[in-house]
Amino acid sequence: MGTVRVLVGTRKGAFILSSDGARKDWDIDGPHFGGWEVYHLKGSSVDPDRLYAAQGTGWFGQLVQKSDDGGKSWDPVSNEFTFEGEVGTHLDFDDNPRPWAFNRVWHLEPSLSDPETVYAGVEDAALFRSTDGGRSWHELAGLRNHPSSSGWHPGAGGLCLHTILLDKGDPNRIIVAISVAGAFRSLDGGASWQAINKGLHSDYMPEPEAEVGHCVHRIAMHPSHPDALFMQSHRNIMRSDNGGDSWVNVSGNLPSDFGFPIGVHAHEPETIYVVPMKGDSEHYPDEGHLRVYRSRTGGNEWEPLSSGLPQKDCYVNVLRDAMDVDTLDDCGIYFGTSGGAVYVSPDGGDHWRSIVENLPPVMSVEVQTLP
Amino acid sequence: MIRVVLPYHLRNLAGCRDKEVVLQVAGGVVTQRKILDALEARFPQLGGTVRDYGSGCRRPLVRFFGCGRDLSLESPDAPVPETIAQGKEPYRIVGSVAGG
Repeated sequence: MGTVRVLVGTRKGAFILSSDGARKDWDIDGPHFGGWEVYHLKGSSVDPDRLYAAQGTGWFGQLVQKSDDGGKSWDPVSNEFTFEGEVGTHLDFDDNPRPWAFNRVWHLEPSLSDPETVYAGVEDAALFRSTDGGRSWHELAGLRNHPSSSGWHPGAGGLCLHTILLDKGDPNRIIVAISVAGAFRSLDGGASWQAINKGLHSDYMPEPEAEVGHCVHRIAMHPSHPDALFMQSHRNIMRSDNGGDSWVNVSGNLPSDFGFPIGVHAHEPETIYVVPMKGDSEHYPDEGHLRVYRSRTGGNEWEPLSSGLPQKDCYVNVLRDAMDVDTLDDCGIYFGTSGGAVYVSPDGGDHWRSIVENLPPVMSVEVQTLP
Repeated sequence: MIRVVLPYHLRNLAGCRDKEVVLQVAGGVVTQRKILDALEARFPQLGGTVRDYGSGCRRPLVRFFGCGRDLSLESPDAPVPETIAQGKEPYRIVGSVAGG
């Protein structure tokens, strides 16, 4: 039947939630790194007991931790992220040039073939890779040296690289997303990059269809259909059927096209999930109803899922890395809230229950399906 | 022998039970740079948490105190107070009170 392990990063530490395949009774382990912000933690698909965690505070900076026993114990690895070559500048909020500076790790993405290899998406936006289990990090500087990079702006959360998609069928293909720059794709293992934002329309930009400058919140991909990409952007749900060469709007009948996470069902590549928020000025559910929306048609036609979720006085947010799925036969959907709750639907979204309700604000949720 | 008081989170990160750690600092005049070099040599996991890797500068929300003085803005290569150099007083690394 299998078991599940849910890795939760919060504002005040990491938590590991474990259950059997029924996903009804849960063990809560944590906090790990109590008092530290954990933007993200994720396990290797090759060696599920190999976990990586991004731990930090404004006081003492960024740390990266590694576990080889599924999170029972942790060892700090290198936290030295040095930009390659000339640092250069991007634009600040006031449109003045600002030198690139390392602030934090937003996302850790273990390789699909080697547990010692892991990618780190950082702020200010850059992509790093370690091939020795985190003992050293090297920038894939072609991304930061993209011709458009001097015009990239920070978003409200900073100029962050928050999404990294790897393709098991083509190890040289990497897709990343940056707020606020857009989506980029490499077909040569990260050496060179192409902006892939054609079809995005951002009416808050002077040129709404410019090559870069789009506020991409999250991109999701089903591993068996790597050319089908689903994007939650600042203003729309978008999809691409050509690996990002072009995008079309599939927001359809959603009550709001603003939100942060987007997920894909483990066994139905055209079934996708979003959590709409009222708008970019509020960042909470409309009228206090927390609802996940599901499309079984790859977008455009959406249905609200609310059974078991708070339908009164709920004003939480769900951040971009805070949704994931398991791969059990009846696919489980998971998300965490800024109110410290983590919810699971063990039946693809039809019914929900809380696993835990009073954690610190949830930054990330990653699910491991174990034998 | 130099006594160094670490803040709570760095003590945990270093795996220290005691509030103070005792360091041997390279010969000659004892400076803040030498103390921090010795600290990071003994506890490599503290690299980057007190000083930035690139610039070597103190992180903005970290302060250094000793003998009732704020040493944070003094030159890292200036001699520390004699009582710190003699191990009579601890050198304190402090996380600033910030956030209200």
